[in-house]
Amino acid sequence: MAGRATLAAFIAELRTVGLPVSVSENVDAMAAVLAMPIADRAALKSALAATLVKSADHYHAFEVVFDLFFGDSRVGISDLTDPAAGTAAANGQAAAANGAGRTGIVAGLSDSDLDDLLFRAVLAGDQVLIRAVMAEAVSRYAEVEPGRPVAGVYYLYRTLRRLDMDRLLARLLASDNPADLSDMDRALAAERRRGQVAGIRTEAEAEIRRRLVADRGAAAVARTLRVSLPEDVDFLNASAEQLAAIRQAVQLLGRKLAARLVRKRRHHSRSALDFRRTIRQSLANGGVPADLVFRKPHPSKPEIMLIADVSSSVAAFAAFTLQLADAFSSEFSRVRSFAFTDGIEEITDDLSSAPDIAAAVRRISSRPGVVRLDGHSDYGMVLESFWERWGPQIRTKTSVIILGDGRSNYHASRSEVLRSIRQRARHLYWLNPEPANTWDTGDSIISEYGKYCDEVVECRNLRQLKEFVEALD
Amino acid sequence: MTDQQAGEDAAARAVRPGRLGSPERTAQGLREVGYLPDQHIASVVYLGEQLAKPVLIEGPAGTGKTELAKSVALMSGMRLIRLQCYEGLDEAKALYEWNYRKQLLRIQVSQAAPAAGPQPPDEAASWSDVESDIFSEEFLLSRPLLAAIRSPEPVVLLIDEVDRLDVETEALLLEVLSDYQVSIPELGTVTATQTPLVFLTSNNSRDLSEALKRRCLYLYLDYPSAEREQEIVRSRVPGIGERLAEQVTGLVRSLRAMDLKKRPSVSETLDLASTLFLLGEEEVTPQLAVGTLHVLLKYQSDIEKAAAELTAKR
Repeated sequence: MAGRATLAAFIAELRTVGLPVSVSENVDAMAAVLAMPIADRAALKSALAATLVKSADHYHAFEVVFDLFFGDSRVGISDLTDPAAGTAAANGQAAAANGAGRTGIVAGLSDSDLDDLLFRAVLAGDQVLIRAVMAEAVSRYAEVEPGRPVAGVYYLYRTLRRLDMDRLLARLLASDNPADLSDMDRALAAERRRGQVAGIRTEAEAEIRRRLVADRGAAAVARTLRVSLPEDVDFLNASAEQLAAIRQAVQLLGRKLAARLVRKRRHHSRSALDFRRTIRQSLANGGVPADLVFRKPHPSKPEIMLIADVSSSVAAFAAFTLQLADAFSSEFSRVRSFAFTDGIEEITDDLSSAPDIAAAVRRISSRPGVVRLDGHSDYGMVLESFWERWGPQIRTKTSVIILGDGRSNYHASRSEVLRSIRQRARHLYWLNPEPANTWDTGDSIISEYGKYCDEVVECRNLRQLKEFVEALD
Repeated sequence: MTDQQAGEDAAARAVRPGRLGSPERTAQGLREVGYLPDQHIASVVYLGEQLAKPVLIEGPAGTGKTELAKSVALMSGMRLIRLQCYEGLDEAKALYEWNYRKQLLRIQVSQAAPAAGPQPPDEAASWSDVESDIFSEEFLLSRPLLAAIRSPEPVVLLIDEVDRLDVETEALLLEVLSDYQVSIPELGTVTATQTPLVFLTSNNSRDLSEALKRRCLYLYLDYPSAEREQEIVRSRVPGIGERLAEQVTGLVRSLRAMDLKKRPSVSETLDLASTLFLLGEEEVTPQLAVGTLHVLLKYQSDIEKAAAELTAKR
């Protein structure tokens, strides 16, 4: 079972990643580990997960760190020869075809036979064999260099390139495509195969991490690897999986914020005394104000105009913000969205009819009205045409929010237009997805625009976006 | 860990001869009452009992959160006390309430009695008698939380949909959850003689407070793995064909991978499986799948999207 020192280091790493682990939870974790009657890895993981991870969003980060610190108790290569030989013999093909003995069955194979064995292992759904093959593949192809402080991304790339996942998937799909299968079966089988191939990738990743940990120790690897929680992932540098995680989180966040706002409104429903009507009412009782009359609650439902830069550099950020605005649009009297690169167009209707906002934004970002010349953002031009076409519609209840990095590719800024917008609107905010220390570097002229805004907010991740939206009224 | 420490730990832990035995026995017991847990679920339930801590269960709707608590009660033969949370739930409905009608009666009786009696009434003494009398346990109405604490035999307490409570009311639970006691100003503190097994469920419609989360073990019930879901289908829809069960779960899984407003849950998988079983179908064709999408999906836009995707695959 885990030593105390390992557990302490493990919890320290969780805290560094950003999981809020309190002292009492730390104590609970220890008690939970001791209360488990069996001492295998799954039991340990359950005990730690139940006591340390209190939010589903954090589970992935926990898993990665757990694998780093307690991963070596998984089945190692040396244990694998026996079961591998056993299953291979049961399959009757791999062992016979290669004539390999009990030991080194995997290590003795040629590269193409290894491909073949992997294919068969996946076909048979044999997890133990897959793991053995991946261990061998990592030894052969990843060219792990001892002592180098890397996260292993390149090792993974090298391994998977040599194994050629696309070809493997194609082979798998071809193998279960006999004519007697119905369309439905085929579609479902394809889905399953894709899942399996993704599983191989995970397996390779885990294997490489095990090597790294064996080489440099868990704490050191954790430092180079350091996964971010979904709410801390930078919008601009997020990977595809991280974007998917953020998209899910945004949906949930929208719902939560809406529920919170409704609650807040309800709590403050008792508003000021309506003095005139109270006195009027009191006349019926001979001047005694028996019934107090209160003013009707008048929730301020601002109108929002979102002006989003959808040029490629910041499109992901714009999509999330638009998605979030859409998720609780019921809390505003109206949300109007505009998209621009070097031209601008209203996209409110496109978004309201689109089932998937992110996809809609991608589509919109190449539309002729939005792209006028080359699709590089031209803030000055855009502000001016916004002011001309929609300026008169800005009312005193309207909050204007501009989403963009303020990099106008050395075009004229026309910041005086922004001043006119500010004068008409109730609020003018600018959300910038770039880190604040890079503002005003290169072609960024954010502070020139910032002069006329109520506030320029750094909005690099979900946490900051959430804070901004919560403060909005 | 040194030997001495290990020895101390063993003494400190003194693995209680719990009602659930071990994670394996927990899993076994749950299976017998028709709930199919995986290793993690069984372990967390076991830990909850072993550490005497409440288990907070979160997850998408329809993944068996409430069912888990009910099944634990069923398997261990304990009584289930359920507190359904809603906005506006207060102390009087969650903890306890004084039975004021009965108190009034008691007062009236004490006023009537001395007049009939021979000795002259001693006003002060009789009032203090009455007062201590009407604030005794006899006049206390137990609501679910207090009932669970006062119960002489062990019980399972299910606090359902705790995320619907107002943030302020959530604090009501804290004393019960951490110390298994309820403080009643007029009466003192009622402490549990038997630690109840507590389960809280949440649909994640808002973030629960840190204080509440800290007192609980956390269990996230996600959609089950393909194998487990098939097993669930087979056990809940007896007589269903192997192939149909596999296809139904496969179909549901591929729908879950889509970006839908409301993803189909386990209960919807079961609905679809029993629908197809009752219709006498033996395999799912795309036409049939599109035709029965309304069983799985609850939004028109989701149905359209899924239908488009299913027919496109052909």
